[in-house]
Amino acid sequence: MLLENKVAWITGGGNGIGRATALRFAREGARVVISDLDEQGLNAAAEEIVAAQGQVEAVVGSVTERLDVQRIVNAVLAKFGRLDILINNAGVNRDALVTRVKDGEIRLMSDEHWELVMNVNLKGTWLCSQLAAVPMMAQKYGRIVNTSSIGALGNIGQANYAASKAGVIGLTKTLALEWARYNIAVNCVAPGATKTTMTAGIPEKLLEGLLGKIPFQRLGEPDEIAAAHAFLASDQASYITGQVLFVDGGISVGV
Amino acid sequence: MSEITMESNTFSQTSSPGRELAGKVAIVTGGSRGIGQAIALDLACNGAHIAINYRQSAAEAKKVIQQAESMGVHGLAVQADVASFEDAQGMVEAVVAELGGLHILVNNAGINRDSVIWKMTEEQWDEVIAVDLKGTFNYIRATAPIFKEQGSGKIVNVTSINGLRGKFGQSNYTAAKGGVIALTKTIARELGRFNVNVNAIAPGLIETDMVKEAPEKVRELALSEIVLGRLGTPEEVAWVVTFLCSERARHITGEIITVDGGQYL
Repeated sequence: MLLENKVAWITGGGNGIGRATALRFAREGARVVISDLDEQGLNAAAEEIVAAQGQVEAVVGSVTERLDVQRIVNAVLAKFGRLDILINNAGVNRDALVTRVKDGEIRLMSDEHWELVMNVNLKGTWLCSQLAAVPMMAQKYGRIVNTSSIGALGNIGQANYAASKAGVIGLTKTLALEWARYNIAVNCVAPGATKTTMTAGIPEKLLEGLLGKIPFQRLGEPDEIAAAHAFLASDQASYITGQVLFVDGGISVGV
Repeated sequence: MSEITMESNTFSQTSSPGRELAGKVAIVTGGSRGIGQAIALDLACNGAHIAINYRQSAAEAKKVIQQAESMGVHGLAVQADVASFEDAQGMVEAVVAELGGLHILVNNAGINRDSVIWKMTEEQWDEVIAVDLKGTFNYIRATAPIFKEQGSGKIVNVTSINGLRGKFGQSNYTAAKGGVIALTKTIARELGRFNVNVNAIAPGLIETDMVKEAPEKVRELALSEIVLGRLGTPEEVAWVVTFLCSERARHITGEIITVDGGQYL
């Protein structure tokens, strides 16, 4: 199995891509810790992993709060004694135009929507990586996979999301440079439009236009993103660091 | 580059013990030595039947085929110059006839003829473009109708970080490898609707016998750039190719994956 005996922490593991990743990791032999703010989703994900004969620990916590993140890292170490893999998957979007004209008035994207998205997607990735790196440095082994997005290339209505996900790419490369000496590889998966709650609300007409731009003419499945997470987290990717892997059916080609 | 004969390579590591490519048929150009050999054997280890080409040295190629067959798959060595359009067509036909189909194409064959631009000869330019760029086109051209018809297929092109960043003394090689990157993206778009995955890998300096024989200063310069502090092994490159040829990577297309230990960051 690809991840035999590895200990992996997956943030945002209660739903969508994070949940698919946790399940795939368990099936590949990893011992899995999932964290999420959504306790219900977290419990359902944990049950699914147990049903698949996986080992799992579920911890409720926020990736944006240092004390929460430290508590999760401590829980990983208490339960499994080490931390080999971190999947920074937790993410949110709050889509809005930066400025919008409605009824003759200019509406502005709120500070709250900017800050929430930057906090969860970018600061959360930085914070979880920082505190996970401490045991990884001591072990002289670690693999971190961040989650960017095709949104990082720019997308109308996603200024906050795009900025946060482009930030994740810069962060990935910098952490790869800083931590190579400790044998910690840091890479990034950039999903395209994937079947999750985040894309469930796309209106039919918009979706048709979107599919027309994807060479594979379909949305990605969460498990297809999970497979990329698993590959980059595995020792089969031992010579890859600082890279961004788009898993998007080709939509980013030529953008 | 391709003129140096390799010692037999002990194939110590393989990717996952699974047989996720069972029954698939793969062509690996330049599969008799170096990175290509590791790719061919890792695909075989995962259950794929493999075909490799050779230009002159049949013995080398046959040795790789024997190693593959010892893993319980079929193998085929075909004499073919990748720079020849007709040879590519002939090899693809032979593979389909002998191995019963074609599912995977790895364009690995490559050479370099390094020289600064003010000393580079027309022959040096033409030879590298013919093998590295046109050779890749030749095999994609011969294979695409089959993949299109069957509505599936995997193409992996081997380029180089130098095709991304440029490299002193390698105007011919970097132009060819940069061309392969653009070719990869275009073919990904053209074959996407037929469910064909087209990707490339861009290795940094890899510990092949050819590199082992290179001047010490080549290694030293590379090591000073590589953040992981060591050269990669051919197997580490092969594992990425196997991933791209597997269903695990079925939603990945048009991508250039750098496998360089952070040499070009």
